Amino acid sequence: MALTDLSMLELAAKLAAGALSSVEATRACLARAAQVDGKVKAFLRLDEKGALAAAEASDARRKAGNPASPLDGVPIGLKDIFLTEGVETTCASRILQGFIPPYDATVVSLLKQAGLPIMGKLNMDEFAMGSSTESSAYGPTHNPWALDRTPGGSSGGSAAAVAAREVFGALGTDTGGSIRQPAALTNLVGLKPTYGRVSRYGVIAFASSLDQVGPMARTVADTAALLQLIARHDPLDSTSAPVEAPDYREDLEGGVRGLKLGVPREYFIDGMDPEVEATVREALRDYERMGATLVEVSLPHTKYALATYYLLAPAEASSNLARYDGVRYGLRAKDAKGLREMYGQTRERGFGAEVKRRIMLGTYALSAGYYDAYYLRAQKVRTLIRQDFSRAFEQVDAILSPTSPVPAFKLGEKADDLLAMYLMDVFTLPCNLAGIPGLSLPCGFTKSNLPIGLQILGKPFDEARMLRIARAFEREHDFTRRLAPV
Amino acid sequence: MKLTIEQVRHVANLARLSLTPEEEQRYATQLSAVLDAVAQLQELDVSGVEPTSHATLASSLLREDVTRPSLPPEKGLANAPVKMGTSFAVPKIIE
Repeated sequence: MALTDLSMLELAAKLAAGALSSVEATRACLARAAQVDGKVKAFLRLDEKGALAAAEASDARRKAGNPASPLDGVPIGLKDIFLTEGVETTCASRILQGFIPPYDATVVSLLKQAGLPIMGKLNMDEFAMGSSTESSAYGPTHNPWALDRTPGGSSGGSAAAVAAREVFGALGTDTGGSIRQPAALTNLVGLKPTYGRVSRYGVIAFASSLDQVGPMARTVADTAALLQLIARHDPLDSTSAPVEAPDYREDLEGGVRGLKLGVPREYFIDGMDPEVEATVREALRDYERMGATLVEVSLPHTKYALATYYLLAPAEASSNLARYDGVRYGLRAKDAKGLREMYGQTRERGFGAEVKRRIMLGTYALSAGYYDAYYLRAQKVRTLIRQDFSRAFEQVDAILSPTSPVPAFKLGEKADDLLAMYLMDVFTLPCNLAGIPGLSLPCGFTKSNLPIGLQILGKPFDEARMLRIARAFEREHDFTRRLAPV
Repeated sequence: MKLTIEQVRHVANLARLSLTPEEEQRYATQLSAVLDAVAQLQELDVSGVEPTSHATLASSLLREDVTRPSLPPEKGLANAPVKMGTSFAVPKIIE
């Protein structure tokens, strides 16, 4: 077994025992990236120096018997949406090319304090708008399970780097499925925590009422351990919840006996890939066999979620992306005459097609005369969608569904079909609208060896129970031990 | 619902995007398709339904108004495309 095939906690145990050093682990990741990233293209930039310096400091702490956290010394990667002081951060957009953040995002500070070497910045859809990494201004990332396919998106670089064992774990962000869908397509565990669970201070904003930061890793326990480091209240983010985080690993082996698991009838739809449906239904039967009770539930407003999302997210994005104006950072069209032309030309050249499309849609939905009909109405429908979940959670402890209606699709396959691409998020985005936590868990493979993800949706701040439900399944199967063939 | 080129130009101006004529055509078609799809929300009765702003808290939280260090000017200006002393420089504002 190669060093880079270890899970985060397996590596941490070896670091704690002195059997390996963080410098060795970091060098192994760098070697692995040198070997495979030409094909996978997960990294936008490596920070070899920074990672090795952090690894050396970690080794010194371990040697002194004074580790900063259980994961001290475990190398990880970051989606290029997190501000990293002194390390270029572009959000995969031309408009931020060359931008060197003057400070760290709160989650980046937390990971640094916990001693994790940060290997570099990972590819994504531009400004997190997309489900395939194809909208990145720097070219798509390739799925380590099948290089001609997408790793999903928008956190596709994070997913591919972890699946290809270039890093041991990563952080992503999830606005409509951007952690869970790529996790499903690359055989990872990916968790979008409750809205407000993790700070977004220093995380480049897409849709502020939906965005949330979360961990991506190869096992359930790793995901829990990584969440533990970032789940805390941050006074610098006014949406951050003052709710104390439990110990996410304490009850991980508690099993599912006696739990009620909801199966929403609206999540088993026509057009779903038959292998995905069969595999997820098999997983549901496994849960029954393990002692859980399956309960059919109804989320009647599910069919309105996509439309609600595609009004709210672009509207908020059009407002958030107004800051990219060529004045304070990033690209400026230098040949423009006058301020107005400079704004228009900078944004025209700096943004890609999908970002411009969503800015246009959002600006239209917020413009005079349309606010009530579009944005306000969508916010009200959002309330109905939240109420659907509240009612369902009166009957059940968690809800199970597929994560993505299809396994990894070929790069280029949906690039020209806007609405088909938006459909990729149909099972994941209601969770963001409701603000509840969602997790994707590897639950099997297609005949052509493409990963399939099971989604577990939970009550607000009930991440510990979701991880326990995920762990019960993981224990019975070898799916999370299977490694991508790259 | 079909957006006209004039509407597209108006929205592009609001969004400060200098679109090319090809983009104006493309967005007229694509935005019309998306607006048709989201028109589905009009069929719901939402009278008496409160809009959601924060999904899990009743409201956002405010912190105590205490001074804390902020970025020094040279750090804040480090990414400026053009600067003048301790200011961001922009092209002529009055045309």
